[in-house]
Amino acid sequence: MHPAPSVILFTVLSGLGFGFMAYLSLGLLLVQGGWAFVAWGLAYALAVGGLLASTTHLGNPQRALRAFTQWRSSWLSREAWAAVATLLLLAPVALGDWVGFGLPYFWRLIGGALALATVFCTSMIYTQIKAVPRWHHWLTPVLFMGFALAGGALLGLQGGFATLLLVILAGILAAAFAVGDKQFARAGASMESATGLGAIGSVSVFEQPHTGENYLLREMIFTVGRKHAAKLRVIAVICAALIPAALALMGGLTLTLLALIVHLAGAFAARWLFFAEAEHVVGLYYGKR
Amino acid sequence: MTCLPGHTEKKLGLAIDLDTCVGCHACVTACKGWNDQGYGVPLSDQDAYGADPSGVFLNRVHGYQVQPDTGGAAQTINFPRSCLHCEDAPCVTVCPTGASYKRVEDGIVLVNEDACIGCGLCAWACPYGAREMDADAGVMKKCTLCVDRIYNENLPEEDREPACVRTCPTGARHFGDFNDPTSKVSKLTAARGGFDLMPEMGTKPTNKYLPPRPKDQRQEASLLAPLLDIEAKGFAGWLDRILGKI
Amino acid sequence: MGAQPKIDTSPKVSDEVRRTTCYMCACRCGINVHLKSGKVSYIEGNRDHPVNKGVLCAKGASGIKQVTAPSRLRAPMRRVGPRGSGAFEEISWEEALSLAVEWMEPLRDSGPEKLAFFTGRDQSQSLTSFWAQNFGTPNYAAHGGFCSVNMAAAGIYTIGGAFWEFGQPDWEHTKLFVLFGVAEDHDSNPIKMGLGRLKERGAKVIGVNPIRSGYNAVADDWYGVTPGADGLLILSLIHCLLEAGKIDLDYLARFTNAPLLVRSDEGAEKGLFLRNEAGKPVVMEGGKLVPFDQKGVRPDLGASYEGHRTVFAHMAERYLSPDHAPEAIAARVGIPASRIRGLAAELAHTAFDAPIVLDREWTDFRGETHSQMVGRPVSFHAMRGISAHSNGFQTARALHLLQVLLGTVETPGGYRFKPPYPKPAEAHPAPHSKVTRGKPLDGPHLGYPRGPEHLALNPDGSPVRIDKAFSWENPLSAHGMMHMVIANAHAGDPYKIDTLFLYMANMAWNSSMNTAAVMEMLTDKGEDGEYVIPRIIYSDAYASEMVAYADLILPDTTYLERHDCISLLDRPISEPGAAGDSIRWPVVEPDRNVRGFQSVLIDLGARMKLPGFVNAEGKALYADYADYIVNHQRRPGIGPLMGFRGEDGTGEGRGAPNPAQIDRYIANGSFFQAHVPDDAAYFKPWNAGYQDWAVRVGLYDAPQPYLISIWSEPMRRFQLAAEGFGDRQPPDAMRARLKQAMDPLPVWYPPFGDDGAEDYPVHALTQRPMAMYHSWGSQNAWLRQIHGRNPLYVPTKIWEENGFAEGDWAKLTSPNGAIVVPVAHMPALNPHTVWTWNAIGKRKGAWALDEGAPEATKGFLLNHLISELLPEKSDGMRWSNSDPVTGQAAWFDLRVRVEKTTPPSEAQPAFPKLDLKGVQA
Ligand SMILES: Nc1nc2c(c(=O)[nH]1)N[C@H]1C(S)=C(S)[C@@H](COP(=O)(O)OP(=O)(O)OC[C@H]3O[C@@H](n4cnc5c(=O)[nH]c(N)nc54)[C@H](O)[C@@H]3O)O[C@H]1N2
Ligand SMILES: Nc1nc2c(c(=O)[nH]1)N[C@H]1C(S)=C(S)[C@@H](COP(=O)(O)OP(=O)(O)OC[C@H]3O[C@@H](n4cnc5c(=O)[nH]c(N)nc54)[C@H](O)[C@@H]3O)O[C@H]1N2
Ligand code: SF4
Ligand code: SF4
Ligand code: SF4
Ligand code: SF4
Ligand code: SF4
Ligand SMILES: [Mo]
Repeated sequence: MHPAPSVILFTVLSGLGFGFMAYLSLGLLLVQGGWAFVAWGLAYALAVGGLLASTTHLGNPQRALRAFTQWRSSWLSREAWAAVATLLLLAPVALGDWVGFGLPYFWRLIGGALALATVFCTSMIYTQIKAVPRWHHWLTPVLFMGFALAGGALLGLQGGFATLLLVILAGILAAAFAVGDKQFARAGASMESATGLGAIGSVSVFEQPHTGENYLLREMIFTVGRKHAAKLRVIAVICAALIPAALALMGGLTLTLLALIVHLAGAFAARWLFFAEAEHVVGLYYGKR
Repeated sequence: MTCLPGHTEKKLGLAIDLDTCVGCHACVTACKGWNDQGYGVPLSDQDAYGADPSGVFLNRVHGYQVQPDTGGAAQTINFPRSCLHCEDAPCVTVCPTGASYKRVEDGIVLVNEDACIGCGLCAWACPYGAREMDADAGVMKKCTLCVDRIYNENLPEEDREPACVRTCPTGARHFGDFNDPTSKVSKLTAARGGFDLMPEMGTKPTNKYLPPRPKDQRQEASLLAPLLDIEAKGFAGWLDRILGKI
Repeated sequence: MGAQPKIDTSPKVSDEVRRTTCYMCACRCGINVHLKSGKVSYIEGNRDHPVNKGVLCAKGASGIKQVTAPSRLRAPMRRVGPRGSGAFEEISWEEALSLAVEWMEPLRDSGPEKLAFFTGRDQSQSLTSFWAQNFGTPNYAAHGGFCSVNMAAAGIYTIGGAFWEFGQPDWEHTKLFVLFGVAEDHDSNPIKMGLGRLKERGAKVIGVNPIRSGYNAVADDWYGVTPGADGLLILSLIHCLLEAGKIDLDYLARFTNAPLLVRSDEGAEKGLFLRNEAGKPVVMEGGKLVPFDQKGVRPDLGASYEGHRTVFAHMAERYLSPDHAPEAIAARVGIPASRIRGLAAELAHTAFDAPIVLDREWTDFRGETHSQMVGRPVSFHAMRGISAHSNGFQTARALHLLQVLLGTVETPGGYRFKPPYPKPAEAHPAPHSKVTRGKPLDGPHLGYPRGPEHLALNPDGSPVRIDKAFSWENPLSAHGMMHMVIANAHAGDPYKIDTLFLYMANMAWNSSMNTAAVMEMLTDKGEDGEYVIPRIIYSDAYASEMVAYADLILPDTTYLERHDCISLLDRPISEPGAAGDSIRWPVVEPDRNVRGFQSVLIDLGARMKLPGFVNAEGKALYADYADYIVNHQRRPGIGPLMGFRGEDGTGEGRGAPNPAQIDRYIANGSFFQAHVPDDAAYFKPWNAGYQDWAVRVGLYDAPQPYLISIWSEPMRRFQLAAEGFGDRQPPDAMRARLKQAMDPLPVWYPPFGDDGAEDYPVHALTQRPMAMYHSWGSQNAWLRQIHGRNPLYVPTKIWEENGFAEGDWAKLTSPNGAIVVPVAHMPALNPHTVWTWNAIGKRKGAWALDEGAPEATKGFLLNHLISELLPEKSDGMRWSNSDPVTGQAAWFDLRVRVEKTTPPSEAQPAFPKLDLKGVQA
């Protein structure tokens, strides 16, 4: 799949934002006054920034509101609802933290849950797609939640807990890579099944349907740059999880900031791989994956 | 409307005969031509005369080569690919806006372009690459099964069929109702063992593909027996024999 | 869940539909052009049209992009910079026409042969040839010489017609269809429709082709023959059929020259038919000589008379010989002997064990009435895979012989002629080449020689024509030899010319052999600093490579903007059951300063006061082409269009001009058909009913039944000359080659490309892509997304030997040069053959394409590897790379060597960019 920057920004930033929000909402990081403004501001900036980035991916962003209509069937629609609900529900909480009024804890609880649900919905947008076997696995939501929780914990200055989550994230990443590599084969789609010609023999491409470019080749059959995948995987695990884990353990604002930057770099690498390494079955028609 | 209708009155679709398709691409450009001026926005092209031309087509024809497992000569098979109007169309359920829907009356899967935000999710969800985003208009395009032809009262009755079917010079594309067991497409599918593409994706395609007939079969008729032993009887003997003189 | 959107399922399709004829190939399908606000909005096939019955090919359905292409020429242009530079200035039509007249008119008096008028992919040859004839130059032909004259001529000399325009399989009845060497063909949609019918009926399709793609991909059986060896294969099938006695003796005796006696007495008549005093060939019946056409005659096929034996005996003896046995030729053909025997058996079983019988009474030319029509449901079709080899003429003849032995020609289930065919060589004109200054040529340029007396030779034996057609080198070059014109004119061999007038041929690119050298010839200057070919006038509709080499450009309209005429005088759209012709008419007006070429030609004719174009007072006879189509008469009552003739428009074939004729055609979908009666639908060459019908509709003026020529007397006459008989004698160096090539019975000899090709072990071919037409599909925004570049397809053996992988490039070397091109693997391919799509490669800057267009950077032509001349013979002569009988360009004789190489930045050779911006719309 084409690793579009807008989508990478969206998933990484809003994931982190909503993860952080969950900590703030649940009061695992207690902030007040100016600090509350900074913390909630950061969470909102990340979440909303990510969401805005995602709209640049749209062909007709002016109609984006329509995306709220199909919550019954569409994870993207659900995500839109969850995101907006989270942002709305938590706004008074944030305001309260800043100016100093309190809301009932169950409110904060619902807000926190919604923030995580948003991330879950985002992950399900990908997970549901059977045509991309690498994504179509329970590890995908786990991965997204892992990023949100670990990243959020990092930002939420959770110290050892953050370290623990980050180490778990490293494990999830490694597992996702390992499992992902086998997913395409497990899905059972092949050129033979795609064409139905397997009953005759083994199938290969004689001629592509078009020598020119098209949307499918650009969007679904992204083969460029995969050769750097192995290196990037290591970088992703080290940067997104292991270095921040170590830094988080040491604590302190500067180190946390540093950890955050390294984590984001790793997260971007991991998310780039998430797309770039994901092979859509339509590639079978083109003899490419 | 992005929930799928549980049942559709008709199941309109195509039966595509891989035994007959010569790979001429006529259906490709007929489809482009019709849909460029028909349903929804035109099918745009980018860099049309440039170094990297690209554009939207709703129907594409692949060429494959198949090496039979039994040995023997390799075969070439032409393979048209367009929307299969799946019963369990994942492209529909993923759509956040309701732009993608499956029609209750005939099962045609359509995009309501006025509602489409161009998120591309439906194209991701389609295993068959049947959806292409229009780069100019930012909306998703796909085969409409020529919904603006098949019921079109401005067209003569005989022309109320998809543009690709009407143009196919070999008659390799058949259009009809798969819910009707007496329709041509149902009968062809039954008789020829029409099959689904990527059944493992669980999409339950409506369109069926008719497999190529077995090729390069040894001929069963007996070989020709010589009239006589020409070497022994000579040409004159042959001549007499063939002209019935001996 | 919201409500399902309401959509308009009955939108108005267009404001208006105008029915005309497609032009993207010579198939000439009927089209419905939809217009919205006066602009073309959609093109679909015309269901009522006899050619395509509603279907269209990929090109036809993309016609809209042909009419809006940015490459369309804008206005008349005069060259201002060096040739090939693309520097032109726009001029008015008046200036352009005056200039053309200024250049050409003086030549009529000083030497009409100094004008060479060649018209490429012309669909109006009856007009262009008429013009050239009246100008008086002997140098006229269209593209047939580089295209497929072998197929046409071999058919006409043998059965009285060939495939495509001449005839087609009986799609409704045939049970076994064998396709030789066809990728696409002119009969594009009808073949596809026919294949579809066969598939629907469960009839069997066999493909004989080194490459298994397209039609061959859907064939039930594939015979991956080695290029150039079909003749051997076919003669071997004939061997098997003869050996088993599986031939239609009755058919041979009645309808072919098999029973004719071939003279065996030494001398100038040896090998010609024994004739009676009236000059009529004779056959033996009951030990007596009788005229072949006597009523009730039952000729003895095995007879001999004073040592003269029948054609049948000669034929059988030759092909029964063991060197034609499958086992003897299998290796050369690349097909196991057992499969060849199997194929022969299949042909025989289908033809003889499952005949088709129609209860239709008919009377033959001898006056005998038959109660039934008995058919042999085996049919064949062939095209350039056979004809574009230097042994193509004889191979095509062999194929016709095979059809004839099976009794399938013009019988139900077999092959059927399309009017005006059947038409044997004798019913065609002979070539004319007598030049008289200031006067028209003595007759039509092109025709079918019956013997050396019809060659176009000067008294000193040198060729009259610039292309050397109808010379000893290529005696039966019935379509001329367009591919030799530039090379010969450049070499001054046989002479130099002044003006080269070209129409619709991309001679600076894909229709030339040795393209790079041709571009040099076009720009080469003599010692006097003048161009060796002093003047080039060219009519194109688009900014093709050739346009860059014109001194004067006459910009044509596109096909939807002009009148055209697809005439029975020329190359009509008949079906086996009907004579048919059609028109094009301006369904939209041009938005540029361009004019239909035919109208321009008529204008030029009038300006130069050519006979046929001006009246007695010297005034123009025709306002434009439309006027000519309606009012020109070739013979009294016979004009370009057969339909709606006569004052009242009821005339079919014959009748006075009808001023409303074009309107009647338009109302009828732009075509007309005259239907053949049922009892005349088969056995046409011998069917009195058909012959009478043909006379009635004006196809001929008297019945002309004939016998199929298994033994060709015209060819034998050339052999006799080569043996020293007759007063027209070939040069000694040519005698051996003539003797071999002009064999009166079909023979096989190795293609000339095999000579000295030991270092070039691989055959290299091209195929037509179905979705692209020669050079001009590439300007089409849709089609070029389908075929924007072409790889070299390599069979498994060569792929593995070279260790090729996807993305690799190869250097391809022939005796003429080398090219470097991308490769792709194709298992379903003859193991000694590589191939690519034809004419995808483009020169940078042409066709209004971007400099970096894939057509120019990755696309390539094989033409650079093909020489227009064969390697030097021992006597220092270099013959043209053509069939020795017809002069057909031997494109497919090409032999190459394949080596893996490092990928270059673009396909090699790369040529400097053309700058044609100034000429484009
Ligand atoms: N290697 C290789 N070379 C081959 C062949 C092969 O098989 N292999 N095949 C050969 C054969 S069979 C042929 S016929 C030739 C074909 O070769 P060409 O005859 O050169 O055919 P085109 O490339 O179609 O060029 C025809 C020209 O007509 C112009 N044209 C198009 N429409 C119009 C119009 O309406 N009016 C006018 N005035 N001009 C128009 C086009 O722009 C183009 O420049 O190629 C030959 N070359
Ligand atoms: N779409 C499209 N249609 C066209 C044209 C076009 O450019 N595009 N061009 C038109 C013109 S001008 C022409 S002349 C016709 C030509 O139509 P075709 O006769 O179909 O010509 P080619 O495409 O050159 O195909 C030649 C075929 O012969 C095969 N072949 C080559 N050598 C041999 C051999 O030795 N033996 C056998 N058995 N096969 C052999 C090749 O593999 C190829 O399949 O097409 C016309 N129609
Ligand atoms: S038009 Fe028919 S034969 Fe041609 S590619 Fe399409 S399905 Fe195949
Ligand atoms: S083929 Fe693709 S686009 Fe069409 S219905 Fe099925 S999933 Fe949807
Ligand atoms: S691109 Fe349009 S049709 Fe497809 S899922 Fe998004 S909104 Fe729905
Ligand atoms: S049914 Fe209509 S839209 Fe669909 S592929 Fe055919 S022509 Fe295109
Ligand atoms: S075969 Fe195609 S290009 Fe040729 S005339 Fe017919 S529709 Fe036009
Ligand atoms: Mo041709």
